[in-house]
Amino acid sequence: MSGESTYNPGTGFTQWLDTRLPILRLAHDSFVDYPTPKNLNYWWTFGGILTFCLVTQIITGIILAMHYTPHVDFAFNSVEHIMRDVNYGWLIRYIHANGASMFFIAVYIHMFRGLYYGSYKAPREVLWILGVVIYLLMMAAAFMGYVLPWGQMSLWGATVITNLFGAIPLIGENIAIWLWGGYSVDNPTLNRFFSLHYLIPFLIFGVVILHIWALHVPGNNNPTGISVKSKQDTVPFHPYYTVKDGFALSLFLILFSYFIFFAPNVLGHADNYIQANPLVTPAHIVPEWYLLPFYAILRAVPDKLGGVALMFGAIFVLFLLPWLDTSKVRSARYRPLFRQFYVLFILDCLLLGYLGAQPAEGIYIVLARIGTIYYFAHFLVVLPVLGLVEKPKAIPESISEPVLAAKPAE
Amino acid sequence: MAEQDKPTAEQPNRRDFLYLATGAFAAVGVANVVWPLVHQMNPDASVKALASIEVDLSSVETGQSITVTWRGKPVFIRRRTEAEITEARAVAVTDLPDPQGDAERVQKDEWLVMVGICTHLGCVPLGQSGDFNGWFCPCHGSHYDTSGRIRKGPAPKNLEVPAYEFVNDTRIKIG
Repeated sequence: MSGESTYNPGTGFTQWLDTRLPILRLAHDSFVDYPTPKNLNYWWTFGGILTFCLVTQIITGIILAMHYTPHVDFAFNSVEHIMRDVNYGWLIRYIHANGASMFFIAVYIHMFRGLYYGSYKAPREVLWILGVVIYLLMMAAAFMGYVLPWGQMSLWGATVITNLFGAIPLIGENIAIWLWGGYSVDNPTLNRFFSLHYLIPFLIFGVVILHIWALHVPGNNNPTGISVKSKQDTVPFHPYYTVKDGFALSLFLILFSYFIFFAPNVLGHADNYIQANPLVTPAHIVPEWYLLPFYAILRAVPDKLGGVALMFGAIFVLFLLPWLDTSKVRSARYRPLFRQFYVLFILDCLLLGYLGAQPAEGIYIVLARIGTIYYFAHFLVVLPVLGLVEKPKAIPESISEPVLAAKPAE
Repeated sequence: MAEQDKPTAEQPNRRDFLYLATGAFAAVGVANVVWPLVHQMNPDASVKALASIEVDLSSVETGQSITVTWRGKPVFIRRRTEAEITEARAVAVTDLPDPQGDAERVQKDEWLVMVGICTHLGCVPLGQSGDFNGWFCPCHGSHYDTSGRIRKGPAPKNLEVPAYEFVNDTRIKIG
């Protein structure tokens, strides 16, 4: 879809620069005169919102690192120091802590958008895989970031997650000791988590560039799932989608601000305001909300290695998704059966999220097992079979056709 | 090129040898550089130096437990009651998920010493609770008996017994 460049350097300086480093041409062709399907809806604005979230986390994170001390004796107090003493420290920390949750809200909407409109299908498999890589990096960054305040949930969350690696046969225990730099989660662990937490956002930034590159080769998918056929199907990215993305971002920022200013601790856990104590485990360890479905899967299995394998499998299966979905039709608009299974799948993810926050006993375990089985069945049974048995609705000739058809005759 | 220099599958020439030798040498060199970068994350000398402790047990009465810190982990030291010892010995070893007799887990019947870390995912189990009057891990619901053996729940192994020895009747050295 990347056609001829329309960049036209206006001044002497930009002409001079263009023959030496055509960076303005790249920016112009990628974000100004980039041909974009004209029918993108608001679910497509989350790419821009996610970029905003990443930049926000990097800026606030760099500032927090100026005031934070990654040592078991000082970490907890240095976070309180940020909250009480540092000028606007409370604001910056609340933006960073809630920003992580906002980032995940946006990424989940972005991913479910891709699932609904078949954005992972050929020729966008690599684009989707890079997205899953970003999602994995985000989870690693969020997990390590949550350890840094060195509260009770920090310590015990880190203990549970690093012990997952202990489930690997033979070398598991050595891997856990290597990760800890000791025999339990302690000062060396906190120190290296801080180092890696600072690193990962920049890795994400790099993969985001690849993600956008892989997007700009085939171009955007769109709500009809039909490929762009002519120039009539597209509009320039600027001003049409810069304005649309900007408006969506403004609405998103209202939600973000609500959490920062009115409910800054609602998404956190009260136990993390108790300093870490390696001799006392909180009665009920829960990860942050965005990891709960995977935590439910982990606990659903009565076997340590099995639980760990299924939890990682739940993410790994996303890498295979482009090949598991056998339907050639991209958009769920034209897939009546898939739409129903899609709703079931969302409900299943929400159920697993709810169960991840409940104690691992009684009916909750039974439900978590059913939810886990359904989660995998969706990818490994429903999607492959559906493509073979489903009869899709009639697909329009072009992106323009349904738009023009919907317009009342004048 | 001389006839004997032409490489064939059966008769590799000197250049093939040089490629392989250079490649192998480079691989060994890379491995030597990577290892320090990996190994620096393992426990350092100051962490290992704290690897053993001595504990005074004279103030612990029958039916009481103390928790001490060893290598950053809690170690449970329990002076067990007669009932607890009897209960631990009454179980058929073959019925256990991780078969181990009570006698193998203690040096003196009365004193049970073990690392207070659930073998599932590393939480600290609560003492004198659960279905077997031993320990119960609140994180994911593992039940241990009065010998610290796993009886029910997701944990795969019994609570670990650390290397320890009685220095005298009322002192032990752990590690």
